[in-house]
Parts: sequence; structure tokens; C-alpha cells
Amino acid sequence: MKLATCIAVNRFGLGARPNELAAVAGRHEAWLLDQLQGPSAPAASLTALPSTTQIWIEVEAVRDMRRAAKKAGKPASSVARKYGATVRQIYLSHALARYANAATTAVPFHERLVHFWTNHFAVSVDKQPLPALAGAYENEAIRPHLGGRFADLLRAVEQHAAMLVYLDNLQSVGPNSQLGRRRQRRAATRRVGLNENLAREILELHTLGVDGGYTQTDVTQLAMALTGWSVGGGRPKVLRSGTPGQFTYRDALHEPGPVTVLGRKYTQSGLKQGEAILDELATHRSTARHLATKLARHFVSDQPPAQLVDELVAVFMETGGDLPSVHEALVTSNASWSQDATKYKSPHDFVLSAMRAIDHTPDDPRRLFASLDSLGQAPWRPGSPAGWPDTALEWGGADALYKRIEWANAAANFAGRRLDPLALGDTALGPALGARTRTAIARAESTTQGVTLLLASPDFQRR
Amino acid sequence: MLSRRELIAQLTAVTVSAPLCPLAFARTEADARMMVVILRGAVDGLALAPPYGDGRYASLRGALALATPGEEGGARKIDGLFGLHPALTATHKLFEKRQALVVHAVASPYRKRSHFDAQDVLENGVATAGERRDGWLNRALGFVGGNADNGAALAMAQTAPLILRGANPATTWAPSKLPDASDNTLARLEQLYEDDPFFAERFAQAMAAQSIADGMDGAGKRRRSGNQAQVLRSTMEHAARFLRAKDGPRIAVTEVSGWDTHANQGAASGSLARKFAALDAGLDAFAGELGGVWRHTVVVVVTEFGRTVRVNGTAGTDHGTASAALLLGGAVNGGRVVADWPGLNESALYQGRDLQPTIDLRSVFKTVLSQHLGIGDAALEHQIFPNSAEAKLLGELIRTA
Repeated sequence: MKLATCIAVNRFGLGARPNELAAVAGRHEAWLLDQLQGPSAPAASLTALPSTTQIWIEVEAVRDMRRAAKKAGKPASSVARKYGATVRQIYLSHALARYANAATTAVPFHERLVHFWTNHFAVSVDKQPLPALAGAYENEAIRPHLGGRFADLLRAVEQHAAMLVYLDNLQSVGPNSQLGRRRQRRAATRRVGLNENLAREILELHTLGVDGGYTQTDVTQLAMALTGWSVGGGRPKVLRSGTPGQFTYRDALHEPGPVTVLGRKYTQSGLKQGEAILDELATHRSTARHLATKLARHFVSDQPPAQLVDELVAVFMETGGDLPSVHEALVTSNASWSQDATKYKSPHDFVLSAMRAIDHTPDDPRRLFASLDSLGQAPWRPGSPAGWPDTALEWGGADALYKRIEWANAAANFAGRRLDPLALGDTALGPALGARTRTAIARAESTTQGVTLLLASPDFQRR
Repeated sequence: MLSRRELIAQLTAVTVSAPLCPLAFARTEADARMMVVILRGAVDGLALAPPYGDGRYASLRGALALATPGEEGGARKIDGLFGLHPALTATHKLFEKRQALVVHAVASPYRKRSHFDAQDVLENGVATAGERRDGWLNRALGFVGGNADNGAALAMAQTAPLILRGANPATTWAPSKLPDASDNTLARLEQLYEDDPFFAERFAQAMAAQSIADGMDGAGKRRRSGNQAQVLRSTMEHAARFLRAKDGPRIAVTEVSGWDTHANQGAASGSLARKFAALDAGLDAFAGELGGVWRHTVVVVVTEFGRTVRVNGTAGTDHGTASAALLLGGAVNGGRVVADWPGLNESALYQGRDLQPTIDLRSVFKTVLSQHLGIGDAALEHQIFPNSAEAKLLGELIRTA
């Protein structure tokens, strides 16, 4: 079997399932390209999950109970517990669905792309009520939009409730908007209502990148254009209209007048103004370079090869940001196929590849959460809109390694069945299983220890 | 096959035999402990240490202003100009014992508003993000006369943050819920990793840290569960135990995130106040756990930049510039605020919106490294903080006896 098969399945996929290497041998490039448009039908386990609207209604109902209890002077602690339990249950069920799907999917390259883009447009569940929204956000804003242009993905993200809530845009009010002027007549504060968080992160993290050539003024101007980008079914009267949890443009909050971003003047009124700016950012050369660098870093190397980045930038600019074209260029470039596995797996990568290798479908949401959390990567909780880091420097601490060893040991014991560690090494790694690791496994004192050594081996820890 | 104990003995044999060379300080550097707490997300320095006595404070801060000391929910008084946030009760007691000080209107040389770049600059010790891939504290390790080649510094995390990354060895440790793998398995992994330096180094460091953790009362298997306040408290207690241990590290680093209060920040109560309370409890637990070692300790609490003076449209604050830093410890010459206060007049604000920085954060770090760890000027200026001539040493931040 060729090393290229392993590379396709382990570096670009999510790690080989028991028969995957054999099935892909001899046709690895076609196998990858066939996945660019995703699965022929979305996984049933994912479509069965509640939508953002349903979640929003449920969470708001519990919040209303909490408010009512507070108003009546009743102790709100049992309602607070109900809120926490509701949100946690939604979070865990989405997380379980994600990992169960990823552990068994026949389109793991596409699935890896989904995780990559969700992380690029990261929200974090350490801010309420994001635990209830993060999974639905991935399924609604990211998954369906990897088959077309980056501009469409960008718009879907920035018009999803999760991102608008996470980056505080719901109540961002233009100073000269209808609502802004009304507030100014009442209060003496100068800069009323504007929140720059969403605009800043769009420029710094989502599109141009921190060195992409924007200024603080551009941030403020974009923030003005994004005033009114809101969500339906909120509690305050001004946020109440619209379908709960769905993108709702509120003109009363929108700053009227033209704005200038990156030297270009936008005279559109209303919603079209912000959309026009995002469309422009989506095809900017700095955006192309920013995204190309991140893709190369995630898939190929912590030091992204310049040749690969340049190729991806060129394809991005030529195709107007067509994602399948860029993803195809990524896996057909010579620069992506270096024989050495240099990417140190993130905890998410490690756990998924281990589950796939031993053919385990996670079915216990709490155990799944505990695994990922103990390794430092709880689902959708990077702690910042910059998302999880992507280099060995940031995942590869001494204690982090120790935690993986503990986890590998626990997983090997949990697997319980009489796995054959050497056969497992062959089906998981193929020719990437080194002689040293093979010897160590062969000499193990038990099959469980053999599996631990395999999972904790440098060969398995890199892709 | 080596048992873990034998393994550790081999690793630490070199270090135990290295003699100490204390300089002529009443407190030897061998005694000195340093804890750096990085608050990620840009803490509002004007909330941490409110300048209640500044004539423009109340009007500028609006709904976020704290009342004057003595009033309900008021700041806790440090002097006629400055106070502490009321939630920082244990910290205020340290001020009364002169074991804590605030450095105000302080910032790194970074002047933009990206968290990630600013944190890079906070940790890399130079003026630009991405310029160095190692941290100033790691560089300082090379000049700390100590008792451990392999354990001088510890990050309370699975992976060391940039501040502790670099050429000098620093290890990491975090509590675990899972059982240890057997000694037999660990020994085999040690062999398997032998020809892969990335894995070999980390494995060795992990074993060293585990041996110290195992030696603690209650063991390192304390559950890392609970909310952020509980986790912080537990982390600080463990850090103190490491710092107190005979062959343990002398320098530790931990991080607390979630300070990016863009919305609904609150004043005397609310989300920021709760975070201050949790920080206060963590610092108090740390001091308590250190016991007698507290008198040789300096805790440095810093953040990457401050926040806007005025409230924004969502009852919070946006990214600013200057903030406040805290020094606490028995070794601190405290009970005061160190500041070259620029004031809050319109003309004094940075870009009309932020507190103007008048002290360079590197000055704080340099002064602590110099006065507490005995690191010489040449090392500070040329190796640890290159091109930082404008960041001068501050006055006596550390007690000399």
C-alpha cells in the first residue's frame, strides 16, 4: 500500500477506520475530490437536531420563567438550574451528534473542512447562551455553504444568531439612527449605542487578517454599517419583532448615511450597505492570503509552505473565492504531500482518529465531553473568536502529552474487546506505522498496553 | 525497566548536586518566588483600581463609575485619588499590610487593539507582535540562579503560554481526572519516545512534574471540575504547593480569561465584579497555601491592555490602551499606587477615548526581575528585553529585607 493512501486518509481525512485504507488504496485523489460537495444527503443524526429557531424559543421560555420568578420576588435558583440544564442538554446533544457523525462518516475530508471553517468563524460556548447555539450554527451556517463561494459562507455566518449574539451586535445602535437619536434626547452620553466587536473581528479574524491593511477608522465605519444586523424574538421591545432566532434587519437601529471602508465609499442604504462591504472583503487579496495561510497551516504544516499558500491565493483570486476550487487546489498541490507527518494532532484530531481506529461510535455525551475537556478542547469552547490554535507549540506541552497518555490508557481499557494491537496499527496507519512502534507494540505485556502504546506513539500522534 | 521513581531520580540527580550561589541579599534569590497571573481579554484598569478622586471620573464613567469610599458599593480606599474595586476584599487587606501595590496607567509598547497581538507583546517582551517566538520570562530563566535545571519554571496549563516558551526548560502541569497509566507502560513509552526529541523532552518534563505533584498532600489528583472561580482557586492552591516544594519550581505562570467586557460590564456588582471576586479568592487561597514562603514571594497580575474610559452602547467598554497591574506578596514594598497619573481630561486621553499610558509594562517586569530575582542590568537590557531602553526601572517595588 502506498504512503499516499495514508496521507490522504490521515492527514486530509479524520484518521482511518478499520477498512478505510484498503478501500481508498489506488484511488486516493478521486476519493478526496469526490468529497468536495459533502455527503449526498446530510446525516440523519444532524438533521434530527432542533433548529436555531426552536432552540431560541425554548431558551427564551426558560429565561422568561426566570425573569418572572425574579419579579415576583421568588428565589430564582431552581429556575436558574432549569436554564442551565436546558442549555447543557442542547449543547451535549449537538456535541454528541457532531462527534458520532465524525467518527463514522464516509466523507471525513469534507467533515474536516467543516470543523476547519467552524473554527475559522469561531464562537465560544463559555459565553451564554452560546452552548445552546454553537451546534446549530455549525449545521446551518457552515455545513451547507462549503460548496460555493466564500462570500456566501461569510454572509451566512455574519447573519447567524450565534455570531451576532457572540460578538454583541444585537443592540449595536447607530448614534444617528432613529433609536439612537431618541436615546440621545434622553441621556447625555456622547457615543450612544455603537458596539465595534463584530466589525473588528470580521476584519481581523474572518477576512483580511490582522495585517490585512485596515485601520481603527475602518472598524468603526464597518460597525456603523452593521448596525441593525440583529435577531428576531429578543426580549427588549426593540428586539422583539421577527422570527425568533432568525436574522432580522432592524432599520430603526441602523446608522443612516454612507460609510467608507478601505478607501471605498458605500452609499447603499439599509441592509445592502453591510452586505456590499462584506462582498468586497470576501474577494480581497488580503483575505485570500489570510485564508490560504490558515488552510495550509491546518492541513499541511505549522510553517505553511510558501509555494502552497501562493497557489491557493491564485486559485482564490481567479475563481472569486470558490471554495471547492480552493479545497481542490489544497489536496492536488505537490506541496501538500510531504512524506513526513509533521502536524501534531490537536486533542480533537487525536480523539476522533482514535475513535475511528478502534471503531467506536461515541454514545455517552458526558463521557465524550469529559474526554475532550480533559485534553483541553471541549467542543466549541476555544475561549475566543480566534478559535483553537493550530500549531504544535500551542498544543504540545509536557502536561498535554501526559494527559493524552492517560486518555489512551483509559480508552484502551474501555475498548475492552480483544483488539489486536498490531492489526490495529496496520489498519490505522498502514505504511506510516514505524518499525520502532511496531516493535514496542509487539513486546507489550497485554493487548490493552499494546493499544495504549499505539495510540500514544509519535506515529499516531502526528498526521 | 525503570520505575518512575528511578526515572525521576535519574532526571533530578544532576540538579540536586548543583551548588547554589546566593548573592549578598538578605533574602537569597534561592528563596525568591515569582507568580505571574496573566488576565486575558483586557481588564478594565479603571474598574480594578478606580481613580475616584479624579474630577472627571464620575461623569466620564457614567453608569460604570464606582461610588467614593465609604458610600454603599464604593471603592475601597488606597489613597485620596485611588481605590480598589469593592470585590477585591482580601487584596485590600494586603494593601493595609503594605504587601500589595497597583501600578496604574501602564501599558506595553503595543498601541493597536487586537487582543492576540497585544498578548503576544505582553509575553514576548519586545515591541511588536510576532517578532519573537519566545517569552521574556523564559529568557529570564537563563539568568536565575536556581536549584533546578529542569524545574525552574512551571506553567499551570497543559501547554506553556508564550511567556514561558523558549530555549530554557520550563514545564507544565494541570490537575487530572483520569488514573495514571502504569509505571510499566510509562517506562515503555519513555523508550518508544527516545528517538523523537519532541516527545522525549516533553515526557521527561511531565515525569518530573508528576513526581512533585505526587509528593503533595492530597496528591495532584484533585478534580479539576467546577466553575471558573473554583478552578482558579484550585489552580492557585496547586501553584502555591509547587512553589513551596523543596525541589519545585521558583517561578510559576497561570492565566485567567474572560475579561473582555464589551457588554453589561456592571459596576460594584455584575459580571466584572464577580470576576474580581473570583480573582481575589484565588489570590487569597494562593497566599494562604504558600504559608511562610509568602514573605519571599511576588505575584504579578497583568493584562494586555485596558478599556475605553467611556461606556459603549451596550453598557460595557471597548478595547482601550493603558490599564492597571497588581503586585502582591510578602516581598512587595506595598500599600500604595505607583503611577504618573495623566488624568482624565479630554486632552489627556489617548486618541480621545482611552487612559493614556505613562509607564511601560516592561519597566514593571524589569524592576521585579532586578530587585526580586537579582538579575543584572546587562541581562535585562540586552537579552531579556532587547531594545527597551525607554522602559526604565521603577523605584523600590520590592522590599530589601
